[in-house]
Amino acid sequence: MSKILVVAEHDGISLHSGVARVVSCGLAIGAESLDVAVMGQDCAAVARQAGSIAGVSQVLCLDRAENARPLAAVQAPQLAALAPRGYSHLLGPSTTFGKDLMPRVAALLGVPQVSDIMSVESERRFKRPIYAGNAVLTVEAPADHTVVATARLASWPAASEGGEAGIEEIAVDVELPAHSKWLELKTAETERPDLQSASVVVSGGRALGSADNFSMLYSLADSIGAAVGASRAAVDAGYVSNDMQVGQTGKIIAPALYFAIGISGAIQHLTGIKDAGVIVAINKDPEAPIFEVADIGLVGDLFSIVPELQAALEDS
Amino acid sequence: MRKIMVTLKRVVDYNVRVRIKPDGSGMATDGLKMSVNPFDEIALEEALRMRERGEAGEIAAVAIGGDECQQQLRTGLAMGADRAVLVKTDAEVQPLEAAGILLEMAKREKPDIVIMGKQAIDDDCNQTGQMLATLWGRPQATFASEVQLEGGTARVTREVDAGLEIIEVQLPAVITTDLRLNEPRYIKLPDIMKARSKPLETLAVGELGLSAVPSLKPSGYEPPAQREKGERVEDVAALVGKLRERGLVA
Repeated sequence: MSKILVVAEHDGISLHSGVARVVSCGLAIGAESLDVAVMGQDCAAVARQAGSIAGVSQVLCLDRAENARPLAAVQAPQLAALAPRGYSHLLGPSTTFGKDLMPRVAALLGVPQVSDIMSVESERRFKRPIYAGNAVLTVEAPADHTVVATARLASWPAASEGGEAGIEEIAVDVELPAHSKWLELKTAETERPDLQSASVVVSGGRALGSADNFSMLYSLADSIGAAVGASRAAVDAGYVSNDMQVGQTGKIIAPALYFAIGISGAIQHLTGIKDAGVIVAINKDPEAPIFEVADIGLVGDLFSIVPELQAALEDS
Repeated sequence: MRKIMVTLKRVVDYNVRVRIKPDGSGMATDGLKMSVNPFDEIALEEALRMRERGEAGEIAAVAIGGDECQQQLRTGLAMGADRAVLVKTDAEVQPLEAAGILLEMAKREKPDIVIMGKQAIDDDCNQTGQMLATLWGRPQATFASEVQLEGGTARVTREVDAGLEIIEVQLPAVITTDLRLNEPRYIKLPDIMKARSKPLETLAVGELGLSAVPSLKPSGYEPPAQREKGERVEDVAALVGKLRERGLVA
C-alpha cells in the first residue's frame, strides 16, 4: 500500500479546484494514507479547504513568509524534505504550477518524473499521453524510489467534499534559495467560471477575426454561465489573453459541454478537449477536422449562428 | 559578455502525424520529416535577439542523440548559433538523464543563461529545464513569454494558468520558452552555406563521466480512445433541440 502526498495549488485564499482531482488520482493508486501539503503564508483557510476533501488523511501546513507566493525553487526543497516521512508518491497537478514545481522535486530526489497521469495501472504503472495525445504510453516507475508525478486533471473526477482531515503545522529545516524573486501576477479580472473547472465552455478560433468579435462569445457564454476559451491561433493573433488557450500547450479541459466556434481543429487543440462530454462544432468549412470529433456539427457562418444560438438558448 | 547555451532536440516535425507501430512496440518514426523541437527553435531565436541587442556574446547549441542530430545542430548554426556540440548516445534519453548530461555541459560551457524549450513535442514531458536548474543549483524561469536582462538578473514574464506572472532570477539561470516569446526567423541560403564552416564538436556521452540514473520503463504504446464521429444538424433550432434532448441546456 502506498503513502501519498499531494501538493496543494492555491492562491493564498482558495484551494485550486484541481487539488480534488489529484486526490482522486492518488486514491486510484491505492492509498493507505493520503496527505495534502499546503505551502503558503497564513494559509489556514486553504488548509481547511484541503482537509474537507473526502479521502484526505492529514493536511500538512507549511506556513512561512517565503511561501507567500509560489516559487518552484523555494517550494521544491520543502516538498523534497517531506518525502522521507515515508511517502511512496508525491503528486502534483498538471497545471503550470505543478509542471514548474514537480520536476524540481524529482531532481532533488534523483528520481524520474511521470508527467500527466491519465490512468493508474498499478502502484508504479501509469498511462500518459505523448505526441499531443496521438498515443498513450504505459510507463513503470523504478522500484525502491519515490514516485514523483503530475496528474492530468481532465482525466480525473474531483474527489467529493465531506472529509474531516486534521491539520498539522509543519516546520521543515531546509535552506531556501534567495536567487528567485516573485514580482507580479497579471490576471484578467472576470466574473466568468474558471476555464479548467467550468461545466460549459465556449471557445473561439481564428475565424472570429478580431478581439472585438470575441465579445459575441462572451455574451453567449454569460447567457449560459459558461467559461470562455480559445484556440492557439486566436491567442497568437492577439484576440484574447494566453490564459484562455486550450490545447497541447495550453489548458487541457473536460467540460460537460464544449462549443468550438470558428476553430478548425488542429490536433494540438483537439488534445485539449478530447475528454469533453459533448463537443459542438460551428464552422463554415464543412471539411474542418473539428467535425471529425464533434458530437454535433453545424456548418455555417458563425457571425449569424452565434447570436441566433444565444437567442434560442435564452428563449426558455 | 553573457554566454548562452541553448538545447536543440531532434523531433518529428510539428506538421507530421505520428502513428504507433503495428506491433505496439513504439512510434513509427522511420522516414518521417524531422525538425528542431519548435520550442527549442524559439529558445535559439531568443538567444540570437539577445546577441543582436548586444546583451549576449557567444551562443552554443547542444543536442543529445545519434549522429543524425547533426542535422538539427546545422539548422541551429544556420539560424545563427556560433558553435554546436553533439553529445552522442544511441540510447533513449529521458528528462532526468538529459538534465544530467546538460549539467555536465553547463559545467564545461559555463553559460550565464541556458535557454531551452518548455517541452519537446514528442514525449511532452515538460521537465528537463526544471531538472537541469535544480541539479545545477540555479533558478528557473519556465514558460517565458518575455525576457528582460539587466546586469546579473533576468526579469521573466511567464505564461501561467492564471495569466502572466513576472519573476526575477539571478544569473546563471535556466529559462524555458513558451510559444509567444518570439517568432523564429527563416533561414536564408547563404546562412546554410556559412553554417558549414562553423564548429560542430562531437562528444561521446561516456566522456562526460555520468553515472546512471533511475528511469521510467516504457511498457506499451496504444492509440488514444477515439471519439465517435457525431451528427450534423441543419440549423440552430435543431442544435438547441439536440442539446435539450441531452439535458445539457435549459
